[in-house]
Amino acid sequence: MTTLHEEQLITFVDKMPAFRSSVQRLLQLASDLNADNREIVHVIESDPLMTVKILKVINSPFYGLTQKISSVQRAVVHLGINSIKNMALSVAAIGVLPVKNQADFDSRAFLLHSLTCASLSKMLADRLHVPAEQSSDYFVAGLLHDFGKIVFAEFIPTSYGQVLKIAKEQQLALHDIESEMLGIDHSQAGKLLAQHWGLADALISAIDHHHSDHLHTHLSDCLFAANQISKQLAFGFAGNPVIEVLPARTVQTFGMPLEALILEMGDLSSLKTEALAFID
Amino acid sequence: MKFKFWGVRGSIPTPGAKTVKFGGNTTCIEVTTGSNDLLILDAGTGIFALAQTLMNKIPIVAHILITHTHWDHIQGLPFFLPFLSANNQVHIYGGMDPVTQMGIERALNVQLQYSYFPISEAQLKAKVHYHTLKPGETIDIGSAKITPTVLTHPVINFGYRIEDSDGRSLFFTGDYEEPTNLYSPDDPNHSATQQFIDTKKQEVCAAIHGVDALIVDSSYTDSEYAKRIGWGHGTFEAAMQLANDAQVKKLFLTHHEPTRSDDELEAIFQNLLNEQAEKTTFEVYLAKEGEEHLLS
Repeated sequence: MTTLHEEQLITFVDKMPAFRSSVQRLLQLASDLNADNREIVHVIESDPLMTVKILKVINSPFYGLTQKISSVQRAVVHLGINSIKNMALSVAAIGVLPVKNQADFDSRAFLLHSLTCASLSKMLADRLHVPAEQSSDYFVAGLLHDFGKIVFAEFIPTSYGQVLKIAKEQQLALHDIESEMLGIDHSQAGKLLAQHWGLADALISAIDHHHSDHLHTHLSDCLFAANQISKQLAFGFAGNPVIEVLPARTVQTFGMPLEALILEMGDLSSLKTEALAFID
Repeated sequence: MKFKFWGVRGSIPTPGAKTVKFGGNTTCIEVTTGSNDLLILDAGTGIFALAQTLMNKIPIVAHILITHTHWDHIQGLPFFLPFLSANNQVHIYGGMDPVTQMGIERALNVQLQYSYFPISEAQLKAKVHYHTLKPGETIDIGSAKITPTVLTHPVINFGYRIEDSDGRSLFFTGDYEEPTNLYSPDDPNHSATQQFIDTKKQEVCAAIHGVDALIVDSSYTDSEYAKRIGWGHGTFEAAMQLANDAQVKKLFLTHHEPTRSDDELEAIFQNLLNEQAEKTTFEVYLAKEGEEHLLS
């Protein structure tokens, strides 16, 4: 078993670069004095590392928010686009994540999974009539729920390569293999990091429980279903070959099981196309 | 409590015949509390003339509250002469930079580097204390209570509310542009963003509510602003609205646009008064360098 040292992990993640597509786009937009600020926000919202950087800073006591927030758009309203852009640029300055690393983890497929989960989670929130000002929290939960995986792939590539290989060959749930071989799964690692960064409690819980002890909040229900839909429709791949059935109460919340929900949501292929247009 | 404007100009000093009436120095406001504590809001070039008046009062204790670290609000800091005499104490307050995560010590650190200034930080004789503040958390300075609030600008910017024990209060915005909605009404992001903006405006209004004097960045007219959205500054009209919403007693318009002559400024002001006289429940003034106001 690989032992993860929490302090080392946190220091490591603080220096982790962002995804190639967002870094390139942000640098391009930042060099244009007349850039569309909406595009800048969109780039940041589409990158888990840039989003995390902004949320951890904005939620610290030095910026005076009475409640923790999980929305980049809200961060822009609070601090102004220039500060948010420059915070993202400081992440972009670190470099770019390799497309494939030693763990044989495909960061492009991972980002596609994360982005489609984010959009699906937000769409499902709309179905449950979640107020508009909360829907970006659902998007962020989808974007960040598997954050722990990309950290494992970068931090302990050799061990994680084995984990991914076993899950794939034996068609087993990735988080179970992670627990067995690493002593911690990606949702627990994600929770640990999110807690350390002082992110909102609802977001921490959603990340923490997206595979176990399902919470039956709207946020958890939407995230869980979004994750399964993204896998079912093969929108990208984040290492887990197993599609889980919706828990009974989640079925109740949406009024139907997974297959019916996918049909009910209509043609979702545009989500993949939009995400790919961003990634490629 | 009383306060005096030592600098009212935005962006860059503008000496010359056309600005001699309202003044060409950049932002600096001296506030004297009921128990005679010396507070200085921003260290633009106006602080140099203020510093001269302090030289015969040495030793002094000065509290400099920095709204934000753009040049026009810190440019005079290295020329604050009390730094050069032992026994003086200078406290500098401000916010944490979200990008570099450096506290307010960053301003002087950068300004006193060898390439930019002949005196290094280590050579300052006065005792300098830095205080990186948290918005919403009140601190005590002498008889006054100070509460910072984050106000939108292209860099972290605090508005400061000063409450004196004599019951008088003042709020200075620093540089402030009310947040605007990036998204058009048909965009799915519009309504959520608008709610965030409304919440933020309520928060700002509550932070200012009922002060005796509100000093606001009002760089532009509404028509000028249309081409300057996102530059981080407010308008005369927005300042009037803010003063009205926050039910303040006196409004002072400052951060005069650097190309604005005295005559133009007065014409705009007269126009504003004519248009808004009926709905104005507070007194309105143009901030003028050298002018002192007693709040009682």
